[in-house]
Amino acid sequence: MLRFTLNRIVWFVPTILAIAALTFIMVRLTPGSPFDVSDKVSPEQIAQLERLYGLDKPVHVQFGKYIWNAVHGDFGVSYHARPQTVNQIIGRTFPVSLHLGLLATLFALGIGLVLGTLSAIHQNGWIDYTSATLAILFYSMPSFVLGFLLILLFVVYLPKQGLDFGFNVGGWGSPKDWILPTIALGAAPLATIARYTRSSMIEVIRSDFVRTARAKGLSENGVILKHVLKNALVPVITLIGPIFAAVGTGSFFVEQVFNIPGMGKFFVTSMQVKDQPMILAVVLLYGVFLAAMNLIVDLVYGMIDPRIRY
Amino acid sequence: MVQSTSSTSTGAADDPALTGGGGTAIEVTNEAIAAATPRLATVGDLSSRKQRSLWGDAWRRLLKNKLAVIGLTIVVLFSLIAIFAPLIAPYGESDVVDIRLAKYGPSWEWPFGIDANGRDLFSRVIYGARVSLVVGVLAQALILAIGVPVGAIAGYFGGKTDTILMRIVDVIYAVPQLLLVLLFVNWRGPGLINIFLAIGLIGWVTEARLVRGQFLALREQEYVNAAKVVGVGGSSIIMKHILPNSLTPIIVALTFGIPTAIFTEAALSYIGVGIRPPQASWGALVGEGSRAGYIQSSPHMLLFPVLAIGLTMLGFTFLGDGLRDALDPKGND
Repeated sequence: MLRFTLNRIVWFVPTILAIAALTFIMVRLTPGSPFDVSDKVSPEQIAQLERLYGLDKPVHVQFGKYIWNAVHGDFGVSYHARPQTVNQIIGRTFPVSLHLGLLATLFALGIGLVLGTLSAIHQNGWIDYTSATLAILFYSMPSFVLGFLLILLFVVYLPKQGLDFGFNVGGWGSPKDWILPTIALGAAPLATIARYTRSSMIEVIRSDFVRTARAKGLSENGVILKHVLKNALVPVITLIGPIFAAVGTGSFFVEQVFNIPGMGKFFVTSMQVKDQPMILAVVLLYGVFLAAMNLIVDLVYGMIDPRIRY
Repeated sequence: MVQSTSSTSTGAADDPALTGGGGTAIEVTNEAIAAATPRLATVGDLSSRKQRSLWGDAWRRLLKNKLAVIGLTIVVLFSLIAIFAPLIAPYGESDVVDIRLAKYGPSWEWPFGIDANGRDLFSRVIYGARVSLVVGVLAQALILAIGVPVGAIAGYFGGKTDTILMRIVDVIYAVPQLLLVLLFVNWRGPGLINIFLAIGLIGWVTEARLVRGQFLALREQEYVNAAKVVGVGGSSIIMKHILPNSLTPIIVALTFGIPTAIFTEAALSYIGVGIRPPQASWGALVGEGSRAGYIQSSPHMLLFPVLAIGLTMLGFTFLGDGLRDALDPKGND
């Protein structure tokens, strides 16, 4: 186990370096200066700013310097939102994205597990068919399509019919602002979790130890809760890591659609204005987050299922 | 159906659709398998049954699946609309009906209403289908053209080749795809060609992983060993023996890949780095319709393009899901 963990961490370093290098090269290849934002900025001013941020130096020197600073926790100053540092911006926006991601993951997990379990118990019944249709509907809707549909329904259409829930677009202040984005972001993971739970449970329900549990007179609820669910959860757990990493680092579109001041929205802007320090920092954060999540999932997996050895 | 334990090998050996014509090498293979594994002596009994091809079976199973038929209908309809857009649309792609009618809601004459520039939204949504179709199909073609060979080589040869190729795949995979696509489009400028190039040149990694997994599993199969024993060359084994047996997951990935590409284009156009205006794309229309103030005053500008994207995604997912079940040889009739 320890060897496995160390091996993964050792492999992780060159992967992250390569990700950083790839992003760095791609950002540098994009023509145009990040400081060339309007006609009011003269070429001399642009050159001066580029010298200030070290952009006149050779690319490998820039990259080396960036990595050196990053290892020391300094991700530089945002070109676009200067004089704010990248650390300040991420410190402000990442918690918002993480909060939304956590809500969406919990929403997906809670409803997905219940829906999947009910479908498995009532296999081929109406609950099963309804949940399957709902799952595929959610799964195939991109979050931003679902987000807009929710806005059109709850913010535009229903208030006109006199059914105003007080939902608004924009802001992240009150818990009411959290509801629609959580649904929009959590719908697709919900569908995935429901489907995995269903198929995994159906497999477990048919196994010998479940028949034994029934034979010894355990109630049906006891069988499902004590024996089936616990064993069926193993494949579902592997899903949570990547799902949480994906929604936790900020969904560009949900944040854009609902005007949420999270990292995803900021990331899109920084890509459009070539804010290199911002882009690199977000990509690295995402990479580290994803790798850490996958490692945790692998380790938890080994704990739950003793048959797995590393 | 065939016994599940030996389904892959028997399926390949007695199915004419898969072995594609079948030269002498394949006949030898068949005998070699039969000689090597007594378990497979059932091949004779199976072929005495009425011949049914894998594709025929799959088609029948697909048509029994209601959701898949709905999906297929949507996909066919969407493709027809895209191909015959100039014949269906009452107005040209960027024809202004009347600027004074800007943001006018849906009516009998203009079923989807009028956009902020006085153009017929119905026509623009129809033309938008073309952009989506072109991006979806071309990007997927590029993904197949790169992903399948890379995955096949990595999976078949293994060892160092595999490690190096998969490390590259890991790195590209770990960078958010949207970022790479955005940077690529930023670099080359907006436009249809750049969008599908970007999606294709970056999206192949998922395909490569999938194909590699298939090859890793299949190259250990008895029929592949048998082919090697009788002296069939590497490229011939890849093309004639392993690739045909990996087709199912590739086809399923294709049906899911097209809507992903369509969505990526829509998303890019929505944030304003996609196609060049005044060309119509569903994402660009959503972007226009979702501007501050428009959502409340003229929701039709947002509703119809959003529905178009949603419906297309739904159609492809239904079809892909149905195809996966239909092509699974273990599925029951």
